[in-house]
Amino acid sequence: MELILEGVFTAFRLVFSGDADVWAITRLSLTVSGAATLIALILGIPLGIALAMTRFPGRAIVVALVNTGMGLPPVVVGLFISILLWRSGPLGFLNLIYTPAAMVIAQVVIAFPIVAGLTMAAFQTLNPKLRLQLLGIGASRPQLLWLLCKEAQLPLLAAVMAGFGGVISEVGSVLMVGGNIKGQTRVLTTATVLETSMGNFGIAIALGVILLTLAFGVNFILTRIQQREQIRWPRPS
Amino acid sequence: MAEALLTLQDILVQYGEVPILEVPSMAVHAGEVLAVIGPNGAGKSTLLRVMGLLEQPIRGRVTFQGQEVTRDNALTLRRRLASVFQEPLLLNASVYENAILGLKLRGLDRETARQRVRPWLERLGIAHLAERSARSLSGGEAQRTSLVRALALNPDLLLLDEPFSALDPPTREGLLLDLETVLRETKITTVFVTHERSEASILGDSVAVLIGGRFRQVGPSVEVFTQPVNEEVAQFVGVETTLSGVVEMATAGLACVRFNGGDALVVGDFRPGERVLLCLRPEDITLSPPGAEALRSSARNRLAGTVVKVTPWGTHFRVVVDCDGSRLVALITRPSFTDLGLAEAQPVVASFKATAVHVIRLR
Repeated sequence: MELILEGVFTAFRLVFSGDADVWAITRLSLTVSGAATLIALILGIPLGIALAMTRFPGRAIVVALVNTGMGLPPVVVGLFISILLWRSGPLGFLNLIYTPAAMVIAQVVIAFPIVAGLTMAAFQTLNPKLRLQLLGIGASRPQLLWLLCKEAQLPLLAAVMAGFGGVISEVGSVLMVGGNIKGQTRVLTTATVLETSMGNFGIAIALGVILLTLAFGVNFILTRIQQREQIRWPRPS
Repeated sequence: MAEALLTLQDILVQYGEVPILEVPSMAVHAGEVLAVIGPNGAGKSTLLRVMGLLEQPIRGRVTFQGQEVTRDNALTLRRRLASVFQEPLLLNASVYENAILGLKLRGLDRETARQRVRPWLERLGIAHLAERSARSLSGGEAQRTSLVRALALNPDLLLLDEPFSALDPPTREGLLLDLETVLRETKITTVFVTHERSEASILGDSVAVLIGGRFRQVGPSVEVFTQPVNEEVAQFVGVETTLSGVVEMATAGLACVRFNGGDALVVGDFRPGERVLLCLRPEDITLSPPGAEALRSSARNRLAGTVVKVTPWGTHFRVVVDCDGSRLVALITRPSFTDLGLAEAQPVVASFKATAVHVIRLR
């Protein structure tokens, strides 16, 4: 109990004293996981929509792959990305191993199937006849997609939250492809692991509290967006 | 005839190997209300999707206002028409936001959209619901919203796919009559799909009968209902009694037709020996007790038979009579049912006027 209280105090002290190391670690966590989530959204939302709204040969296989990918263990991702980016590996010439870029790549691989799978589920909750009705009153294809996204916004934002939540809290892959190098690739999760293994429970708890606060803050903002009623109209095309 | 607003030529829609719709030629004329009737699975909804430029047939040409529909002009042309469906699907927003959706999609500013939509909200009686969430509406209110959403577009062609069939009878009747007024006053060209004959005769100037993906008869509403061209159409438009027979005697304007179980006088010019099908609507057949003199009746055709089956039919009774192997179906009111004291296996006389018989020539 003492340990936890001490940790919370340490957390406050570190945050409010503006500890440079802690801030750098927090910023990197946000940047890496934010970028990874963004890229996963750009790739995953179109795939999810396509899987929900079209039928093509091999679709069942893609859906099964996406669903499997939603539960991909980060250490397995870390292993494969490490092999690819290893200096002597197939993409070794890019010199990306142990850089934040490598961490982003690994987290995209983790978040992308989550976003795609939940987007597909979100669009499948829409009545399939809605599409015809919107076209029937004169929607163009882009307007149709936009209106369907608006209509599915609640579950779509859940996809964003799940994607971000999956990567901000993940430690296996960033540790393996990033290497937890101080000042370069150290993020909140890897720093927590390190401090705990060194017996610095105070600092470890402090980092844990920051991580939780961060996850809560981002989800709180997304929830606020999700739960607001206002509908904005698409630009006419 | 008014100009053709929309034409279909050589249309074929098929899913897999099964042809769903085959239309060699069809035109919708400006100003008319065309009711398309047919049983479930006849291809009615498919027809409406093709007309609404929502589904591309695998073969054939669609023209709208003289222009052939192509990939490039489909959106422009699609925006001149509006489709309303059986199940009104509204966005998760207010009634008003849903009503102006089509106008917003066409890039109209909010003020213009408001002016266009207001009168329609009033006219369909949902102005007081404007700020309500579309999710809180009853089925009838939602369908009214969906109609406003379409009517506010001032479409050159309005396509309605069974818009009343999901509603309970009083709601359906109210909306049907309101829509009838709107269509009569605005003269919007309308194609209306239904499997309800009554809706077709209330709204339709013309009626097209679609069975098995093909048009079997297209013509003025009264004509289709009273003069079906074949047995299939006859059965669908409410002719329940069909008797096939041969013309025995013919004079100018009158003929005697012999059929299994008796003979009947019918109106029309026929040749002796011609094979014909006699069609009778159930409400045109009256029943009387056997032996009663037929003095007060002007019906010239009287057939003795036996009651086979009696079914309560809303405010009426539906009675099936067997006359020596020919089955006649009559619809009689409750009072006359009580007067006659009808029961199954009881003898009865069925009578009908010569003018009530519609005769189809068989080849």
